[in-house]
Amino acid sequence: MNQSSHAPAVEQHAHRDDIGAKMGMWLFLFTELLLFGGMFLMYAYYRFQYPDQFKIAAMELSTSMGTLNTIILLTSSLTVAIAITALRKGNRFLALLNLFVTIVFALAFMVNKLFEWSAKISHGIYPGSEDILNKPNGEILFYGLYYVMTGLHGLHVIIGVVILSFMFVFIYKGSVNKDNFMKLENSGLYWHLVDLIWIFLFPLFYLIH
Amino acid sequence: MNEDKQNKENHEHITPYSTYVLVWLALIALTSITVTVSGIDFGMVALAIAMLIAAVKSSLVINIFMHIKFDEPIFKVFLMVSLFTLVIIFVLTFFDLVNR
Repeated sequence: MNQSSHAPAVEQHAHRDDIGAKMGMWLFLFTELLLFGGMFLMYAYYRFQYPDQFKIAAMELSTSMGTLNTIILLTSSLTVAIAITALRKGNRFLALLNLFVTIVFALAFMVNKLFEWSAKISHGIYPGSEDILNKPNGEILFYGLYYVMTGLHGLHVIIGVVILSFMFVFIYKGSVNKDNFMKLENSGLYWHLVDLIWIFLFPLFYLIH
Repeated sequence: MNEDKQNKENHEHITPYSTYVLVWLALIALTSITVTVSGIDFGMVALAIAMLIAAVKSSLVINIFMHIKFDEPIFKVFLMVSLFTLVIIFVLTFFDLVNR
């Protein structure tokens, strides 16, 4: 009797492969790395060709806005890491709280981006605008790369918010818990990748003087 | 046996909160350094310094936040292979650009 009620639980556990799940996540992250890697390569190539025009174009970007977003994203990486440790230690409330803070930071990042982009667009700086097309080649390329790379990164932030929100619900409902935390850990890996890419985007676009 | 125990510990390694906070402080400090240094005109050296600081920051994120330091060695091998691929692509492209 006892034996039979125990068996399904054991079987269920045997079907879970945490290392395999993590390996799959890392393989996915490498495809992301190469996706952004190709864009960084394009950036490097054109910056090498038009160093002075890149410098002039980058003057338009606000260093303080970029720095603020960097701090926001680094801190959100900290809170998601704390959420994982908290869940593994069995502190569900702290995990939920930190996950919530991470989502708020992610949204704050996007709100800043929105302000930044709308200010640029109202100044007539957007791909294909008349003001842009009258500029020299290097500056057109700089803004093209700026919009594509920070845009794709922003898309990843939005996807990250969706994933982290699902994790919040899963932890709240208990399907992601102290003994089954790999989903949260993999979501954390995704979020750290978003942070990693920004670590390189920030100096390349905002810190050219 | 010893290796077995080590492996088990790796599986069950939980990074303490304090480690994460220290890494975060280091990341913020490096960010303020890179912003400050960018204000000084070093020319091409400035780009090298900015990239070096970004590399240090990413190694902190990958090793501690992403837990690579405490994971199975196979994950490090994966990471090295993909970074190496990226480096080859960059080197070959620049070889072409410089010799055009």
